[in-house]
Amino acid sequence: MKQIKCDCGHVNPLGTVLCESCGKPIEENQHIDGNEGKKLLNMRYDGTARRSKTYTKSVVDRIWSFFSSVKVGVWLIVLALIASMIGTIFPQEMYIPANTPNRDPAVFYESQYGVLGLIYYQLGLHNLYSSWWYLLLIALIGVSLVICSLDRFVPLFRALRHQNPKKHQSFLSRQRLYSETESATDEELETVKKQLKKRRYNIKEKDGYLLAEKGRFSRWGPYVNHIGLIIILIAAILRSTPLFFMNEYVWVREGETEVLPGTNGEYYVENKDFIFETHDENDERFKDALSKEGMVASNYQTDVVVYKANRSIPGEEPELEPVVEDSIQMNKPLSFDGYDLIQSGYQLNEFSSMTFKIHETSDADEKSLGSFTVDLRNPQPEFDLGNGFKVVLDQFYPDYYLDDNGIPASETNFPRNPAFVFSVYSEDSEKPEVSFVGIGRNIDGTGENKYKLGIEDFEMHDVSGLTFKYDRSLPFFGIGAVIFMIGVIQGMYWQHRRIWIHKRKDGSLVMAAHTNKNWFGLKKDIETVTENTNIKMVEDQQELGEKDN
Amino acid sequence: MDLLSISSTALYTAFILYLIATFFFGATIKDKQTDNKKKGFSGKIAITLTIIGFLAQLVYFITRWISSGHAPVSNMFEFLTFLGMALVLGFIILYAYYKLSFLGLFALPIAMIIIAYASMFPTEISPLVPSLQSHWLYIHVTTVALGQGILGISFVVGLMYLIKEVDQTVRSKETTWLEIVMYILFVFIGFIVITTSFNFMNYNATFEYGQGSSAATTDYHLPAIAAPNGGTLVTEDVMKPWFETPAWFQGEDAGRKFNTLIWSVITGTVIYLITRLILRKRVGATIQPLLKNMKADLLDEIEYRSVAIGFPVFTLGGLIFASIWAEIAWGRFWGWDPKEVWALVTWLFFAAYLHLRLSRGWHGKKSAWLALVGFGIIMFNLIVVNLVLAGLHSYA
Repeated sequence: MKQIKCDCGHVNPLGTVLCESCGKPIEENQHIDGNEGKKLLNMRYDGTARRSKTYTKSVVDRIWSFFSSVKVGVWLIVLALIASMIGTIFPQEMYIPANTPNRDPAVFYESQYGVLGLIYYQLGLHNLYSSWWYLLLIALIGVSLVICSLDRFVPLFRALRHQNPKKHQSFLSRQRLYSETESATDEELETVKKQLKKRRYNIKEKDGYLLAEKGRFSRWGPYVNHIGLIIILIAAILRSTPLFFMNEYVWVREGETEVLPGTNGEYYVENKDFIFETHDENDERFKDALSKEGMVASNYQTDVVVYKANRSIPGEEPELEPVVEDSIQMNKPLSFDGYDLIQSGYQLNEFSSMTFKIHETSDADEKSLGSFTVDLRNPQPEFDLGNGFKVVLDQFYPDYYLDDNGIPASETNFPRNPAFVFSVYSEDSEKPEVSFVGIGRNIDGTGENKYKLGIEDFEMHDVSGLTFKYDRSLPFFGIGAVIFMIGVIQGMYWQHRRIWIHKRKDGSLVMAAHTNKNWFGLKKDIETVTENTNIKMVEDQQELGEKDN
Repeated sequence: MDLLSISSTALYTAFILYLIATFFFGATIKDKQTDNKKKGFSGKIAITLTIIGFLAQLVYFITRWISSGHAPVSNMFEFLTFLGMALVLGFIILYAYYKLSFLGLFALPIAMIIIAYASMFPTEISPLVPSLQSHWLYIHVTTVALGQGILGISFVVGLMYLIKEVDQTVRSKETTWLEIVMYILFVFIGFIVITTSFNFMNYNATFEYGQGSSAATTDYHLPAIAAPNGGTLVTEDVMKPWFETPAWFQGEDAGRKFNTLIWSVITGTVIYLITRLILRKRVGATIQPLLKNMKADLLDEIEYRSVAIGFPVFTLGGLIFASIWAEIAWGRFWGWDPKEVWALVTWLFFAAYLHLRLSRGWHGKKSAWLALVGFGIIMFNLIVVNLVLAGLHSYA
């Protein structure tokens, strides 16, 4: 490997901008950090040699330099930002409102938003966040994070660990904060040193050169937070595998026990009771708001028992052994054996069963001639009433409505608005009479029916919707987030401050200072430490001269 | 006097104190040296009033919390009020460090606009729906507001920087954009003025309109320029609507919100034009001389510092705490809900800001413009996402 030897004798790696030891600008490399013709030195990475700026020949070099460029990184961030915005113009497919007439995305976007909606759908923007190009964009940001960090961290770490207090004059005078004092006494220098120590600066001295430094660890902040982000991206990859993440949804009726999906029949859940509560309208505190907004829910709760299935022989009807009995509320999920059950939905007042009676159409008192009960979860096809009447269930619409063509149909499979077509067979007629019965409807098939069916009784239940899941990637996300926060606080709330002082043999003194942020604070520090001495306050050379905006 | 009226009195008091403090901050214009440790008398009064005002607002917050039984950050009124408070807190912290009286002259009016804007939303104490019943409500929301308040300071300071630095002697792209920002502030003022005036008159016009299969009504508190889509006016003796809100406006009460927007723009424009007529120059150009004693570098530094301080706080509240709560309440920590996406957009934007500044040397005007856009994104997430895009977070 070729190396560059500085006048001070230090041997620097190829691509070094400022000598690692004395800080003297290495002439042929000044273009790398754009120092040519500028008064001030670019101190961004302390002028260390970065691979991306040094080797640019081979394909690997080019890829490396591409991803290590902050410009590319910012572009990737901006593209991700714009893409994310676009995804909120219209709702994503999963957020198509439940009460929309047609939730099919092929219909929904065009019917709701016209041509723009159609284009949105055809471009696949209705599933933007899981599209290959969005994921690719995020992956590229990840690659950029890794390469950027490695490219800069390694040389910067080396440079800052072995700092030489002895700096070349051209390094000192080209710092943003700089001053020259014609004569300073040793006592004054001692005062400054004492003050610096008091302000918790670490002091290193060599041949009349002094380096006071504090908060160096804040320079590692960006790399620490990038590690946190990389862990988060890895966690996201893990989460896409079934080993780490499972998410299922189960509807359970009150009083029923359902197998929990995704557990190979190992776990069952029983819904003992679903509780829906609303805020008290007479509550003094909320009176005004409630009279305006109407009813406001206060609690969704399912009292459940979770069972574990014991099967001595595979395929055998299992023996259920209770594992846990608890109440699940919104914000209070139930955890057991690494799984979570979360209150996610409900349906109030579904019909469990309906009881009908037969009476003569002409009978004003509607005296019952016999009755039968339809179990709506599992309706029987035929009911023999025993007294000569037989009823056949021809059609059952659990959630009745008239479709666009005026034909009876069922909107869902849930018995929320049941309707029936019955054929009634009686002893006094060979042909059955057809009746249509529903909530609030009772239609005679021919208009000449002798017998009529009426709803005598019904039972209702609530249904609870539970999310059933495990997410073993969460600890990784947590670790990533904590590391990110540590890194970002380390980098943002502390600053790396360095002050170089050189007292020349003729008694004159030069002082230069640099910080990665908060110049105001650094100036305040210098002002305090030079108080009561004749040492000149540093001048801000950027404020006076060039300004790169 | 019950707690609730103490609470609202305290908020009024805070508002008035901020207003008076602004005038005292204004009086510090004649202090020549901006970085002089010895502050003038008016500067001292101003910061004292600001702190008392902040304490009064704290009284509002605590008493409202006690009387409702939950942290008052559960709807638009409460959240925006808290955001205004966070902005004032951010200002007080930066004042303690930089001793810049001038910042108050700009930060307090912005905080006041936000608080006044907040009080245009329903102010009753409303009960919490089950999804909000969690300690994470105040952990998440207060941290977000604090982060946004501190980031808001970067907007205030960035605006000051631009007013000072943009050359007002010639018309340019920069003067135009700066004037547009000033105009937007006037639209907010317009919204407050027009809503307050008609509320004072108790104006009401009711519309009936079909929503799905059922009929709904909506009450307009401003004369209807735009009727709800497919709506008919029920109230008599009020102004007839000029046209209907187009159907592609989504969300609850889209018509009323659109109508309010039209009124705000009209009123804001009128106030703006009158101001321009009186001043006979750009608003930016009028304010510019007030800032001549400020050091541009210092403003640039404060703007950057408030992003540096606010960014981690926002990340913690807006992304990390938000995810933890979402995991508990909804069983998924991230679901691409519009509010979540816009929090991510805000985060990405300020991440880009920091990278551009640290590695690409975007200082001064470039970075000030970015600070303005950043706050624009925050306000977009707060107002447009809640009121128009509607998702899991539409609580107002």
